[in-house]
Amino acid sequence: MSGLGRVIRSGVRRRRVQTIVIGLVTAAAVTATVLGAGLLVASKAPFDDAFAAQRGAHLTVQTDTDLVTESQLTASASAPGVVAAAGPYRVLVVTFAERAGMRLPPLTIVARADPGGAVDRVELASGRWPARPDELVLGGGHVRIPPGVRLSAPGGTEFTVVGTARSVSDTASAWVLPSAIGALDGPGTADGYQMLYRFADARTATEVESGRDAVVATLPPGVVTGARSWLDVRQRAVEDAAVFVPFLVAFALLGIVMAILVVGTVVAGSVGAATRRIGILKALGCTPAGIVRAYVAQALFAATVGAVAGTVTGNLIALPVLAETEQLYGSANATIAWWVTLLAAGGMLAVVAVTAWIAALRAGRLRTVDAIAVGRASGPARGRWASHLAARLPVARPVGLGLARPFARPVRTIAILLAVATGSAATTFATGLGASLLRIETALDQNVADVTVSGDRAAGPGTPLTADPAKALATIDAQQGTQARYGLAKAPGTVVGISDRVSVTTITGNATWDGFEMVAGRWFMAPGESVASGPLMKAAGARIGDSVTVHVEGTPVRLHIVGEVFESNMAVFTSTTTIADQKPAEYRVALTQGTDAGDYAETLTGALAGQALTAQPTGLETDPLLVVVEGLTATLTLLLLAVAGLGVLNMLVLDLRDRVHDLGVHKALGMTPGQTIAMVIASVAGVGLVGGLLGVPAGIAMHRLVVPMMAASGGLHLPATLLDVYGPVPLAALALGGPMTALLGALLPAGWAARTRTATALRTE
Amino acid sequence: MTDPVIELCGVTRHYDKGPPALDDVSLTVHPGECVAVLGPSGSGKSTLLNLLAGLDRPNAGTVVVAGTRLEKLGEAASARFRRAHVGLIFQFFNLLDDLTVLDNVLLPAQLAGAPARGSREHAARLLDSLGITRHARAYPGRLSGGERQRVAVARALINRPALLLADEPTGALDTASGEDVRHLLDDLHHSGQTIVLVTHDLRLAEACASRTIHLRDGRVEAER
Repeated sequence: MSGLGRVIRSGVRRRRVQTIVIGLVTAAAVTATVLGAGLLVASKAPFDDAFAAQRGAHLTVQTDTDLVTESQLTASASAPGVVAAAGPYRVLVVTFAERAGMRLPPLTIVARADPGGAVDRVELASGRWPARPDELVLGGGHVRIPPGVRLSAPGGTEFTVVGTARSVSDTASAWVLPSAIGALDGPGTADGYQMLYRFADARTATEVESGRDAVVATLPPGVVTGARSWLDVRQRAVEDAAVFVPFLVAFALLGIVMAILVVGTVVAGSVGAATRRIGILKALGCTPAGIVRAYVAQALFAATVGAVAGTVTGNLIALPVLAETEQLYGSANATIAWWVTLLAAGGMLAVVAVTAWIAALRAGRLRTVDAIAVGRASGPARGRWASHLAARLPVARPVGLGLARPFARPVRTIAILLAVATGSAATTFATGLGASLLRIETALDQNVADVTVSGDRAAGPGTPLTADPAKALATIDAQQGTQARYGLAKAPGTVVGISDRVSVTTITGNATWDGFEMVAGRWFMAPGESVASGPLMKAAGARIGDSVTVHVEGTPVRLHIVGEVFESNMAVFTSTTTIADQKPAEYRVALTQGTDAGDYAETLTGALAGQALTAQPTGLETDPLLVVVEGLTATLTLLLLAVAGLGVLNMLVLDLRDRVHDLGVHKALGMTPGQTIAMVIASVAGVGLVGGLLGVPAGIAMHRLVVPMMAASGGLHLPATLLDVYGPVPLAALALGGPMTALLGALLPAGWAARTRTATALRTE
Repeated sequence: MTDPVIELCGVTRHYDKGPPALDDVSLTVHPGECVAVLGPSGSGKSTLLNLLAGLDRPNAGTVVVAGTRLEKLGEAASARFRRAHVGLIFQFFNLLDDLTVLDNVLLPAQLAGAPARGSREHAARLLDSLGITRHARAYPGRLSGGERQRVAVARALINRPALLLADEPTGALDTASGEDVRHLLDDLHHSGQTIVLVTHDLRLAEACASRTIHLRDGRVEAER
C-alpha cells in the first residue's frame, strides 16, 4: 500500500463517526434522488414511447355535425403549424346492451376504416380490426369484454366484439367501420365529428393552444364542441406515479443540501481537528495535492458505501409505486432506468467530491510551520463578547458557558443551525403533507356522513331505491340524533368530445356539509345549476359561468356551471330539481354530537321498515396510494432527521475534540459531569431553537409549494382550506423539534465529555 | 494538634503493566505547611498531585484530603470536593482564553454555586492583593506570563481552599516573573495557606517550602 493509501486508511479508521455520518448522509440523499428522478422518468417514459410509436394526436377536436362540412374539416389540416391530420371521423355516444340484457356504460364510438394513418395509429391488443358493419373493437381501458361477445345497439342492431385496441391519445372507447354509423345513429344518440392533429411544436400548453387557435380559425365559428390537448391525456395517464414526484424531488433537494452541508463541515472539521497531523505529514514530505487527495478520498470512501446503499434502498422503495405504472401500460419494464440510478449515485459522489475538495483545500494550503505550531498559541478571539455577556446571565454558569460557545465557532454553528433547520423543515413539511393528504382524501371521498341509508344490498350499489324519497327523508328527519341529511344518485353520463365517462350526481337536500370542498365559485342553488370537477371543466374547455350538455341515459341535460368542486374524476353535481327522474340511491346522515352511530342506525332501520331501506354506520376506507405516500414521507423524514441529528453529533464531537483541554480545565476547577452535560447541551440548545424556528417556515413554504404541485400532477386545483393545516399547537411542537433534534444529537458527545478523565484531558494538546 | 490537611497512606498508582508511578507512598501535611515535592521527570510528582486533587485514584492505599477520602469518590463527588477544598495552579496557567480575567477568577465560585455578590467582592479583593485589578476586564492572551500566573493564583484562591496545589508554577515563566511568583507563594504560605508545590525549581522550594520531599521512581527518596 502506498504512503497516501496508508494515510487515507488511518484517516477513515480514526474518524469513525465522520465516516459513518458521510455514509448515512450520502445514502439518504441518493435514496431520495433515485426515487425522485427515477419515478419522474419512469412515470412518463412508457406514455412518451407509446405516443411516439402511435403518432399520437397533439390535439383532438370534436365538432358539431350540422354546422360544418367534412370538406371544411379536411381543409383545417392545412392550418399553420399542423404537420399531420386525420379525420374527420364520425363520433357517436352509444349505450349498448349485452345479450343478457345488462346495460353497458355509454361508449364513445369512432368510425374509422382502419387503425393506421398519419395520426393516432390505434394499436390492436387482441383480435382484429372490424371487417363488417356489425363488428366493433373495444378500447382496452374502458370496458373489458372479450372478443366474440355480441352487443345490442339502441336501434336493435347487434354488433360483435372482434378485438380490443388501445389509443394512446384516448380518442375513443370503441371503433367501428364508417359503414356502421347508420345502424348506430338514432334518437338520443349524441354525435359529432372528430379531427386529430399533430403540430410542429406541441411541447407546451401554450404551443398546443396556439395550434388549436390556428385550427379553430380555419373553421366556421361555434362548430368546435371540444378540444383536448395531448398534455391533458398524458397528465391523466401518468398522474398516479407523477403525484409522488414533487414531494420526492423536495426530499431529494433536502437530502442534497444536507449532504453538501454535512460533508463540507465533516471534512472541514477533520482538517481543523487534524491540523497538527497535516503539518507533520507535510514536514515528512507529503505534498499539498497529496493532502487534498487524502481528504477527498476519505470522504469518497464513506460516500461510495452510502451511495451503494442509497441506490439499493431507492430502487426497492420505488418498486410498489412503479408496479401501478406497469399495470397502467401493460409494460413489463416499469423499473427505474439504470442511467437514472447511475446518474443519482454518480452525481451525489461528485457533489461529495467537490464539497470535500473545497474543504480540503485549506489543508493543502496550510503552512507546515503554522500547522505544527497549532495548540501552542492562543485560539482565535471570536465570540468573546458572547462569553462576557453569558457570564452575566441569570443562569447556572455551565449553561452560560454553553450558550456562549456557538459564537466562538460561527462556521460550525451555522452548519449545526442549517442541519437542524433542514431536519425541522423536513418534519414540518412531512407533517403538513400528511395532514393535507388526509384532508384531500376526505374531500375526494365526499363522505363524512356518520350513517348511510341504502336499499337492498343484493341489487348492487348505485341501484335506485324504490322507496318514496319524501317519505324516507321525513323518517330520517324524525329520527332523534339527525343533524343533517341528503339523498344522492349517481349515473354515468357523457359529454360530446370527451371519451371518458362523466359521473353525474343528483342531490336531494343540502349536501354541502359532506366533505365537498369548493375550488372556486359556489355550490348550486337553483334548478339547472351545477358544480363540476376540474378535470371535467378542463376536458370540456369550460369555465365557471359556462354551460355544458351532459347526456344522462340518452337524455341531454343542459347544466350551468356555478362552481368548481374538488374532485379528481370527470364529475358534475346538480340538484334533483334539475334531473328529476334520478331517484336517490342512498341517503347520508350526519348525527348530532354524542349520538352513537350504531344505535342510531339500528333504530332508524326499524323506523324505515316497509320502505326497503337499511341504515348502517359509514365505514372508513383509506386510499392505498395515500398509505404509500405517507409511508414514504415518514421514512424519508426519519432518515433526514437522523442525518440532522448525526450532523449535530458530528460537529459537537469535532468541537469537543478541539477543546478537550479546556474541558479538562473546567473539570479541574470543579465542574461536575452533570454540569459538563448541561454545558454541552446548552451549547446546541439555542442553535437548535433558532434552527427550529427557521426550519418551520421553510417547511411550511415547501408544503405550500409542493402539495399544490402534487395535486396539479393529478390534474387538481387545491382549495385553500386543504392547505391550511398548521394550527398554533402543532407549530409550537414543530418549533420545539429543532432543539429536540439538537438535544438528541448532543446526548452522545455530552456523555463522552462528562466521562472524559480530567487528568487525560489536561494532558491533551 | 489540628487534623492534617493531607494524609496519604501506602499509596500505589501504576498504569498498564509498567513500573508503578507511585509506589507505597505515605505522606502527612498539616495546616499552614508548604511542602515542595522535588524529583526528576517520571519520578511520580504529577501523579502525586493528581491524586491529591482527586483527578486520579490510587490502585492501593488511602488518600485523605481535608478530611475526605478521595479514592472512594466518583467523578461528580471529586469535582465537588475540588471546588470546595482545593485550588489548582498549573505550569501553563490553563486560563480560559475566551473569558476575561475576572470571569476566569470567578468561574470556580460560579461552578460551586456561591452567591454572586460575595464572589465578586472576594475576586476584587484577590485581584487587588495580587496587583492585577487593572487587568480585570482584559483577556488572558494580552497578559505577560507572570500576570497570567497571578490570575491563576487568584482563581485557585477564590473558593478559599484548604489546600493549594501548584504544578511547576514557575516552569513557564522568565526569571523576573518566576521571582514574582515565588514571592507571591511565600506570602501565601506566611498568611497560613497550606501549599503543596511540585517543582524542579530548587530556588522556589528553598524560598517557600517549610518541608521538601524528594521522589525518585515513585518512592519517597528523602524528606527534609
